Amino acid sequence: MAEEKTWALVSEVGGEHGYLEELADILKQHFRIICYRELLEDPVLHGPKIQVLFMWKYCPAAEPLLLGLLPSLKVVVSGGVGIDHLDVPFINSLGAKVANTPGVVSDSTADLAMGLLLASARKILDGHQIAIDPKTMHIPQSLMGVEVTGSTLGIIGMGEIGYKIAQRSKGFEMKILYHNRTRRNVEDEQTVRASYCESLDDLLRKSDFVVIAVKLTLDTTGLVGHRELSLMKPTATLVNISRGQVVDQDALVKALQSGSICAAALDVTHPEPLPRDHPLLSLPNVLITPHIGISTYNTARRIVEKMVENALAAVKGLPVPNEVKLQLHNQC
Amino acid sequence: MLLSDQLLKFHLFIYSKQEVEYYQRPAKCLTSPPPFALLITERQETEGWRKTPQAPAEARMQSVCYVRCVRRLWGPAQASQILNVTNMHRSVCQLHHKKVMEDNKPWALISEVGGQGYIEEVTDIMKQHFQIICHKDFLQNPLLHGPKIQAMFVWNALPAPEPALLSSLPSLKVVANGGVGIDHLDVSYITSLGVKVTNTPGVVSNATADIAMGLLLASARNIVEGHQISVNPNTTHTQCQMGVEVTGSTLGIIGMGHIGCKIAQRGKGFDMKILYHNRSRRSVEDEQAVGASYHDNMDDLLKASDFVMLAVNLTPETTGLISHRELSLMKPTATLVNISRGLVVDQDALVKALQSGTIRAAALDVTHPEPLPRDHPLLGLPNVLITPHIGTNTYTTTRRMVQRMVENAMAALKGQTIPNEVKPK
Repeated sequence: MAEEKTWALVSEVGGEHGYLEELADILKQHFRIICYRELLEDPVLHGPKIQVLFMWKYCPAAEPLLLGLLPSLKVVVSGGVGIDHLDVPFINSLGAKVANTPGVVSDSTADLAMGLLLASARKILDGHQIAIDPKTMHIPQSLMGVEVTGSTLGIIGMGEIGYKIAQRSKGFEMKILYHNRTRRNVEDEQTVRASYCESLDDLLRKSDFVVIAVKLTLDTTGLVGHRELSLMKPTATLVNISRGQVVDQDALVKALQSGSICAAALDVTHPEPLPRDHPLLSLPNVLITPHIGISTYNTARRIVEKMVENALAAVKGLPVPNEVKLQLHNQC
Repeated sequence: MLLSDQLLKFHLFIYSKQEVEYYQRPAKCLTSPPPFALLITERQETEGWRKTPQAPAEARMQSVCYVRCVRRLWGPAQASQILNVTNMHRSVCQLHHKKVMEDNKPWALISEVGGQGYIEEVTDIMKQHFQIICHKDFLQNPLLHGPKIQAMFVWNALPAPEPALLSSLPSLKVVANGGVGIDHLDVSYITSLGVKVTNTPGVVSNATADIAMGLLLASARNIVEGHQISVNPNTTHTQCQMGVEVTGSTLGIIGMGHIGCKIAQRGKGFDMKILYHNRSRRSVEDEQAVGASYHDNMDDLLKASDFVMLAVNLTPETTGLISHRELSLMKPTATLVNISRGLVVDQDALVKALQSGTIRAAALDVTHPEPLPRDHPLLGLPNVLITPHIGTNTYTTTRRMVQRMVENAMAALKGQTIPNEVKPK
């Protein structure tokens, strides 16, 4: 007889927020999966069996109402590295651990950052639209972009993702500046030829491309607002692959409309998606992607594998490889 | 009062705005002389009127209108002006003479400014060393203008250096191309006329390599599709197709010249495994710099690559290089990126391969023709990204190309060593 698998709650398989079949299969190898909808059909029966909550694209949301139905919950595992959407102390207080999936997300997120930077700089979106427009009769000579090779890249947030962005831009002979809570060691800096800017203002003034790669905390909320945008060059581009709330969106709209900065490329906004009448959607110099930083088959698979790894450890009472433990000072 | 101010004042005094415009029209002789006159005589016999570039501030020293002859002055009230005017005449002639010396620049034929031609911002580079005439203006009087032209600047294959045009340019010394590709030029024919051909290699490479990577990433990660979903008024939740991983994937570069190497350099930053195929193998040093491995057999490269990048130049050997067979050798998860020339790829074969899932996607900065006919199947395929030949479209690179084109032409005219001469095979 097959060993009873541990019950794990997921949002759904397929659908808008759900797992692709292939990814759900990985989960099913180790867990007995129950979808949110199924749980709600008989929460009293199913709830107590569930020991793991797998979060994918923020679903199902680890809110008190839901958690109240899961008395046996041992761990909430979130796919991805960001945990700004989780109330970690609250979940811990219920006796459940929290885990995320750092590391496996870094390459594809850095790739997307470079993709957005290049697409924006070289007007690839506009180019494609012109190329396929039924009215296009001639190749336009006036579709000019800005030079990427040899330009200055300012990275705000030089964690694993920020560093990988630096590695990629080195191949384009970009001059790399970075700003971080703490300075990286000399070796790291020399490998990618990055110069530390203790003053964020300095980085903003000098950069042709500003890439935001911080995580969202109380300290980084609204980090880039009116003042910061006004310090940037009018020829500069802002690239955001962190979280929408790191940028003051109203200030960004004004800066783009007034020509304070040249363009913006955003994989993240607040909320996601933006309301359909939001000014960002109609600005010509804005490129927006729907939070696809980790949307590749490879990375999605690795994330799910890591989620499984963490969940299994928690269920067995072993140390959880990517347990999220918040230090108290992060709360202020 | 400055001479310049006097001049300006003088002009305003003598001419009405319409008259100034009238006299500035090239190659148009005065048929009905004006009631008033300006004292500056035009020395050049064959030239009619010439317009000089104007900006209000610069007009003072540079804008000198030429009038063929003195007709008559204003009425008696102005007679007292004669002396002043004569003095001014002397000074203006000196100024004119100086300007003529400066303006003794060789003539160059270009396509046009704006439209299919040059952006306004780069014309100053050409005008520093050449007197520019647009093709349209040239055609108004080819017999008059033709013999003056010593250089022809070709941009976007225009003006086309065809026999009919070249035969009307007896003084032509050089056809200078903006860009590195010269597949549109019949080099043997042009050089047989005793005319040099030049292009602009090197200066185009960074921008082209950047676009190659931009297309690769945009295609792999569905950036265009993602944007369209993000801004679509009907979007309530975002559901975007999964992309393919770039980091750690295999990049197969066909054509490892200057541009190909720069693409490899960029690919290395993404930890891509780099394979390349080239007419000749590159040095060990070059290979190691980017971690590239040579594939003598192009088929092997096609089978092993996740991204196939075309960076060859267009020659009879590379025409139709990628056709049914080559596409069928590629992985069904692979992407074809073309930044070379449209004719390197058999487009019908490409359409079929994309429709049937033989390859995953294509990203093309070049097609044949450009632009494609509006009913071409490539335009309707969801897995195709097309950009309108913008490989070098940055202000920085465009300026560098024009700069190099001008340098090449100057060297040719002066009989010096030409930096980028293209010799016939």
